[in-house]
Amino acid sequence: MVPISYYIMLSAALFTLGVLGVLIRRNAIVVFMSVELMLNAANLALVAFALQRGGIDGQVLVFFVITVAAAEVAVGLALLVAIFRNKRTADVDEVNQLHG
Amino acid sequence: MTFELMMFLITAVVALTGGIGMVMFKNTVHSALFLLLNFFAISVLFLLLQSPFLFAIQLTVYAGAIMVLFLFVVMLLGAERIEDTTDKLAGQRWLALVLALILLIQSVAINLITGSNEPPMQELETLALLSDPATLGAELFTTYLLPFQITGIILLVGIVGVVVLNQRVRTAQDKGQIN
Repeated sequence: MVPISYYIMLSAALFTLGVLGVLIRRNAIVVFMSVELMLNAANLALVAFALQRGGIDGQVLVFFVITVAAAEVAVGLALLVAIFRNKRTADVDEVNQLHG
Repeated sequence: MTFELMMFLITAVVALTGGIGMVMFKNTVHSALFLLLNFFAISVLFLLLQSPFLFAIQLTVYAGAIMVLFLFVVMLLGAERIEDTTDKLAGQRWLALVLALILLIQSVAINLITGSNEPPMQELETLALLSDPATLGAELFTTYLLPFQITGIILLVGIVGVVVLNQRVRTAQDKGQIN
């Protein structure tokens, strides 16, 4: 079987890619997708640790993460659509004032 | 090299390609499709990690529902052609690259120091129990019943939130146009 540390290293690399995406991209939708990538990397690490410990709890946690991520994506994209309707932009630098 | 290790390496390369493609490509639709590739690769990794239920969930929820939502919004807004503007902070790009590299080196170093390279030695019975969706379901509806119900409330709040956020407030002008 493949050592668990290989999975953890892949997870670290994917998480770093997500961080990089959040930091260097200015398009809000791509920033959002990078957050999803980071969630996936964390899920991978959780499932790998669940196998190493021989318990099911890690998989249950991943199940919850996926559900919450689905709700988060729905609300986040609705926010993006609302912002786009008001300001005609999806650039995170343009959205810098609290009042409309 | 065992068959399993070979599968892992191929899937890892595909997953990394998906991640890099998502960050690098300028067109948002291309980014979304590369993210889809990444989701598929991670679902295969779940299968390698003895959790077929999460493999199915990953495919239906992430690759199915969430990606459709992303592509729908990208195409609705016509955001695929939006170019990234220049950074407001000078040198943000290079600083981000350096910081991400430091993060990667740190996490890999900690893993090399503390993690073991031994393959997990699980009994066959434990493995069969782990990969059985019935075990997950039983745990979900006994030990984790309260979190499960809270998740339901979160989904409900999410639905209500989406409806409220995209509700158009009828102004007097709109009503005049309708009449």
